[in-house]
Amino acid sequence: MTALTLAKALNAGLRRALADDDKVVLMGEDIGTLGGVFRVTDGLKAEFGPKRVVDTPLSEAGIVGTAVGLAYRGFRPVVEIQFDGFIYPGFDQIVAQVAKLHYRSRGNVRMPITIRVPFGGGIGAAEHHSESPEAYFAHTAGLRVVACSNPADAYVMIRQAIASDDPVLFFEPKRRYHVKGEVDETASLADARPMGVATTIAAGTDVTLVTYGALVQTARDAAIAAAEDGVSIEVIDLRSLAPVDYATVEASVRRTGRMVITHEAGQQGGVGAELAAAITERCFEFLEAAPVRVTGHDIPYPPAKLERHHLPDLDRILDGVDRVLGRPNSMSGVEA
Amino acid sequence: MTPSDRDATGLLTKPDDFVQLVTATGERRPHADFDPWVADVDLGALGRLYRDMAIIRRIDAEATALQRQGELGLWPPLAGQEAAQIGSGRALRDDDFIFSSYREHALAWCRGVEPAELLSVWRGSAASGWNPFEHGMAVPQIIIGAQALHATGYAMGAAWEGSDAAAIAYFGDGATSEGDLNEALVFAASFDAPVVFFCQNNQWAISEPVGLQSKQHLARRADGFGMPGVRVDGNDVLAVLAATRIALDRARRGEGPTFIEAVTYRMGPHTTADDPKRYRTDEELAEWSGRDPLARVLALLDASGVDVAGLERDVKSEADRAAAELRAALTTITDPEPLSVFDHVYAEPNSHVDRQREHYARYLAMFDDTDAAASATAEGGVR
Ligand SMILES: Cc1ncc(C[n+]2csc(CCOP(=O)(O)OP(=O)(O)O)c2C)c(N)n1
Repeated sequence: MTALTLAKALNAGLRRALADDDKVVLMGEDIGTLGGVFRVTDGLKAEFGPKRVVDTPLSEAGIVGTAVGLAYRGFRPVVEIQFDGFIYPGFDQIVAQVAKLHYRSRGNVRMPITIRVPFGGGIGAAEHHSESPEAYFAHTAGLRVVACSNPADAYVMIRQAIASDDPVLFFEPKRRYHVKGEVDETASLADARPMGVATTIAAGTDVTLVTYGALVQTARDAAIAAAEDGVSIEVIDLRSLAPVDYATVEASVRRTGRMVITHEAGQQGGVGAELAAAITERCFEFLEAAPVRVTGHDIPYPPAKLERHHLPDLDRILDGVDRVLGRPNSMSGVEA
Repeated sequence: MTPSDRDATGLLTKPDDFVQLVTATGERRPHADFDPWVADVDLGALGRLYRDMAIIRRIDAEATALQRQGELGLWPPLAGQEAAQIGSGRALRDDDFIFSSYREHALAWCRGVEPAELLSVWRGSAASGWNPFEHGMAVPQIIIGAQALHATGYAMGAAWEGSDAAAIAYFGDGATSEGDLNEALVFAASFDAPVVFFCQNNQWAISEPVGLQSKQHLARRADGFGMPGVRVDGNDVLAVLAATRIALDRARRGEGPTFIEAVTYRMGPHTTADDPKRYRTDEELAEWSGRDPLARVLALLDASGVDVAGLERDVKSEADRAAAELRAALTTITDPEPLSVFDHVYAEPNSHVDRQREHYARYLAMFDDTDAAASATAEGGVR
């Protein structure tokens, strides 16, 4: 075991993938000499050379589109989108091409492309640098969408994403890049928990709290705070947003009877909306209350000085827990 | 050798391979086509261009310092690009519309943007600093290249209305790789849009040298799109002024777009969050210091008999005053009200946002009169 930051764990995972398979190539803006603006690819160009770790021209459509061609040629491109808000120029290539080619070619063409996206806010950044675009991709058939939340998972999941024959949108919680955790660098993929499977972070009996990415830590803190109040929360790190590991969530909700889901992205049409609908359909007779969503507001990401009023934090999550428990809360007395 | 390994100071940036009216040492070089366009620039006018550049350099340094002191979240310095921005900015008419990216503080200066308006975005207090229609300058663009399309559309509209106003799009060398930029060139050419594409080739797109974006001079691309391309010394304020005036004149006469490549250099980091030492050399920096846009104007004025010491003294006190005003402006930028996060999402009432606003107001009210009020507003909401 080694203590690594999430960024360094990803770096180690990428290094391992590059070493294990010479068809793996990294592509992106500033990922070579600079090592990426978050240094996730630090040192990899020096180690593997400019044909494996490729600084690309400044074009997201170019990066994703050429990755498609490389995949046709048998490569396994790992694309870095510098920041969440810059994925949109590459959106067409991702949703119209990457996502559909396996289907359109009747399984003949594989698109083992990993698209790494630092996502989410809380770092006081400028416009377009704090977005949570995951729902666009979760809505797109043909894409797998995952989000890591800690170094150990990051190290394994990035390798699983690269090894997957499907395209994977790989969301990295940028405000957790510098948080350390124990990583087992000898871990073999064969023994690892598949990236599509959720993890129960904390066991509990009263409420199931589901989240992913940066909010996993906040949810864990909320569970600890709630315990002091006599409320037992089970926290699930979803890890995979498409497909969702419903088995884990369902089993938990059947026991607790209550679900809160929290994410930074807006509420409307979000991952939480889908989860709430699916769980209601699957577990209706077990639910004691309607699922509650605690999310970012449905607004463009606000300026840095206001982001704390946008992002769910511990207090807002606990307020959501109070709602699902029918305890006094911010919605008390309001007609649903 | 792969493109990414190519030296940024290679073929692509040969300093003498462009139109230059004032050399790095301040000699005036005659140019048959360009000279008539700056014939009106006498020593007084040249002094005023110097003044603009010196003040904006000082403002830029002050803002960089403010970021280092934690007053701003981020700042993209323009140092080195003063001539490119002032030379083009001073060529514009008031009714020409500017579509810029994030580094064009000198254009904001030319347009009379107030210090607080300039800083509020970088302080993280506002989503946009000024009203575009008050200053003839759009909300600065962070998505690389997007503004080129906006400028083109604006220009098409101006032409369709029979106006002779033009639009100008500012972008970097890196931006020329984006689809948006290339699509803008296509539209502009197809519709003879009165737009000027002003590329500040400052040699770097964060860590990537211009050679990675283009194997040939960027100005040469224009030809393929069906418009003239001109490559000027971007550190020569006179050459930039002339080139922009020529391009604007073409636009006003209905002759369509022009692509200008101003060859310059970003002396500082990409932004205050960047560490250029990781990707460029001290020698390169030193070489470009020798091509300073301000020093050459002073040298030319000096050789022309102007009291340069007096000019410098006056300009310095003006620049100091501008810097002090900038710093003072910070105190006028207040933190926005929590519920303002919901303002302006839509132009018309929207029941969904209204409901979220109401809910969040109730949530905030729960903390009133309790110690928790502080925790809800503490940084990051952490307690
Ligand atoms: C679509 C998009 N992709 C990536 C980025 C991240 N980014 C910001 S500035 C920059 C480099 C831009 O270089 P250039 O166009 O030469 O302009 P300069 O900053 O040098 O003025 C990059 C990659 C972005 N802002 N937008």
